[in-house]
Amino acid sequence: MAVATETATPAPAKRRSRLEHRPGLNRWLPYALLAPAVLLELLIHIIPMLVGIWMSFVKLTKFFIANWSAAPGAGLNNYKVALDFNNAVGQGLLKSFGVTVAFSLVTVAFSWVLGMAAAVALQPEFRGRGVVRTLFLVPYALPAYAGILTWNFMLQRDTGAVNHVLHQLHLNDGKTFWLIGGNALVALITVAGWKLWTFAFLTLMAGMQSIPRDLYEAASVDGAGNLRQWRNITLPSLRPVNLVLVLVLFLWTFSDFNTPYVLFGTAQPPAGDLITFHIYNASFLTWNFGTGAAMSVLLLVFLMIVTGAYLLVTGRRSRRA
Amino acid sequence: MRLRSLVATVAATAMGVSLAACGGGDKNGSSGGSSGDQTLTYWASNQGTSLDNDKQVLTPVLQKFTQDTGIKVNLEVIGWNDLQTRIQTAITSGQAPDVVNIGNTWAASLQATDAFLPFDGGAMSAIGGKDKFVPTALATGGKEGTDPTSVPLYGLAYGLYYNKAMFAAAGLQPPKTWEEMVTDAKKLTIPGKQWGMALAAGSYTENVHFAFINAAQNKADWFGGDGKPTFTGDGNVQGVLRYLDLMQKDKVANPSNAQYDNGTKSVNDFATKKVAMVINQNNADSSIVANGMKAGEYGVVPFPAPSGGEQVASHVAGINLSVFKNTKHKDAALKFVKYMTDATTQSTLDKPFSALPVLKDAKPNFTTDAAEAATFQDIYNTKSKPLPLVPAEDQFESTVGKAMNSMFAKIATGGTVTADDVKAALKTAQDQVAASS
Repeated sequence: MAVATETATPAPAKRRSRLEHRPGLNRWLPYALLAPAVLLELLIHIIPMLVGIWMSFVKLTKFFIANWSAAPGAGLNNYKVALDFNNAVGQGLLKSFGVTVAFSLVTVAFSWVLGMAAAVALQPEFRGRGVVRTLFLVPYALPAYAGILTWNFMLQRDTGAVNHVLHQLHLNDGKTFWLIGGNALVALITVAGWKLWTFAFLTLMAGMQSIPRDLYEAASVDGAGNLRQWRNITLPSLRPVNLVLVLVLFLWTFSDFNTPYVLFGTAQPPAGDLITFHIYNASFLTWNFGTGAAMSVLLLVFLMIVTGAYLLVTGRRSRRA
Repeated sequence: MRLRSLVATVAATAMGVSLAACGGGDKNGSSGGSSGDQTLTYWASNQGTSLDNDKQVLTPVLQKFTQDTGIKVNLEVIGWNDLQTRIQTAITSGQAPDVVNIGNTWAASLQATDAFLPFDGGAMSAIGGKDKFVPTALATGGKEGTDPTSVPLYGLAYGLYYNKAMFAAAGLQPPKTWEEMVTDAKKLTIPGKQWGMALAAGSYTENVHFAFINAAQNKADWFGGDGKPTFTGDGNVQGVLRYLDLMQKDKVANPSNAQYDNGTKSVNDFATKKVAMVINQNNADSSIVANGMKAGEYGVVPFPAPSGGEQVASHVAGINLSVFKNTKHKDAALKFVKYMTDATTQSTLDKPFSALPVLKDAKPNFTTDAAEAATFQDIYNTKSKPLPLVPAEDQFESTVGKAMNSMFAKIATGGTVTADDVKAALKTAQDQVAASS
């Protein structure tokens, strides 16, 4: 109500008086203004999530998708299948989970280190800084599909630029497989890290802009070197930024679907079998949407627990600090 | 119905895959139209060199249908990577086209959804009767003993393409047995210059076809009479191992082939004369010629079985035509199926799409090479076996095909795959199918 009255203040007198004389409208206006957002939130997030949870409790296979609202209940069976680690489906999910944990941790670390290094390097004024900053943002600006597909070409064994360059540098024999076998995880981390690090760079650079310059000047007068200044001024000052940044990077990498899908196509190797792609396969290739939904719910619960625990631990530390 | 389709679309989005774009929403679809509206929606699979090429080929054919019958056809050509998901979405939302092309290996799995019109006596006679089709082609239409829910449209079969000049230079004749093929391939493998064969060893769909064919040559089946998977039989294991050994033991294929995630790449290697042989379906002709190899420079023989093995050279490959059960234009849809499968239309479309005729007594016209045409027709009619016509066929394709991808990757990266490894991989695939059936 207050919002409506305040925003109405600069409005013409005629309009103000009309609102004042219509208390009913005045009372409902905020809700009316909120309604589109609530409706969209319902449609885009809440309903799909509820339907997804419902799907995880029914036997939604090819036999029922034509009339899926009549799919018979499955109780906890979909969850049992997904979590039975003596069984091929459960084993597959567990392996895929392990791959995704390793992928996320390394990619986040890789992106953060690279982003931090670039942000620190671009703090001092120098000629051409603007150009370098813009170049660094290219991976962020480029459509993900185009970027990942280019990596796919570069990582080909016989014709790819990566093997060619490594061979010229005498770092391999020019015959390394990157998109199949164990190296697939390395390729996946490289491509996802390449995509993500500029976001870390952008966020950290923005954070650094807010650190008072005189802190560095005082430290410099006291004889602190660059590394010490970074450790004792930059890092603590960026703490709130880093807390959010690391969490966001982790959630993005853990639920990354585009990178494996475009990089490997339908022939994703076991070493690059990320959980989102695994769920996609379980649902769409074997037409078992119930089990796929159960896996999705398990993923959601896991990410909620991780996020909650992370916020709890980092929140406590912040309060202690 | 509208709310249901909306919820279906957002539900799919919730699973992490944006199906909104694929959309059940089909503006011109039958479901949205009035019952008197004589406009059909037809989803065609990509058969030509591009989606646009398909449109160019099909448009005049569809216009003729409209002239003859007054029924308009809204055409949409869909790439293979999207087709299965689009069909799934259409089934789920109920917002489906009237007529759709399907890969014939999906027929039994799609039939199990109960979303397609069975070609029972009435429907079958409306499209000209079952007797007009080649029996092996019609047999792909659905589960044995049931009314099929799809009918054959374009026929395809695997053949062994060989480079005539390379064979002549090495003093070789095209192989008649598996053993001869391997011996020839070894002789034609010249380190640093050329390989004996190219394999689409990173494509799960190609790999599963060869798992099937090689096992069939060993007289092994992938499903028992009860529809339960029997992946771990000796014939299946040995069949898979024999195919893997082309790269592993015989070393006649470039390990890089393990990255070939579709058949086009291996065909291109053959067309650009990097390899002496490739096993591919007859629609490879257009790619081979487009890549510079002239008709007459290559020959085709049946993909050979080992001595004493069953003479199965291909699965019955191809494209089928299905009508969605909820169509509001059943009669018009059946007229359209009849038109697409009549002799004139078939003859018109077989050439640009390099397809084999699915009609009895029809002559193949996809190539000017009479010997090649006769070879493929013979393979299709007498040396082909349908893939398992069971609801779990799609699961067989994805699990066994992907297991083979992984085994090829292991071989390519320097590992060894033994018969026990193959058996273990097939056991995992079998358990996956059993757990999700």
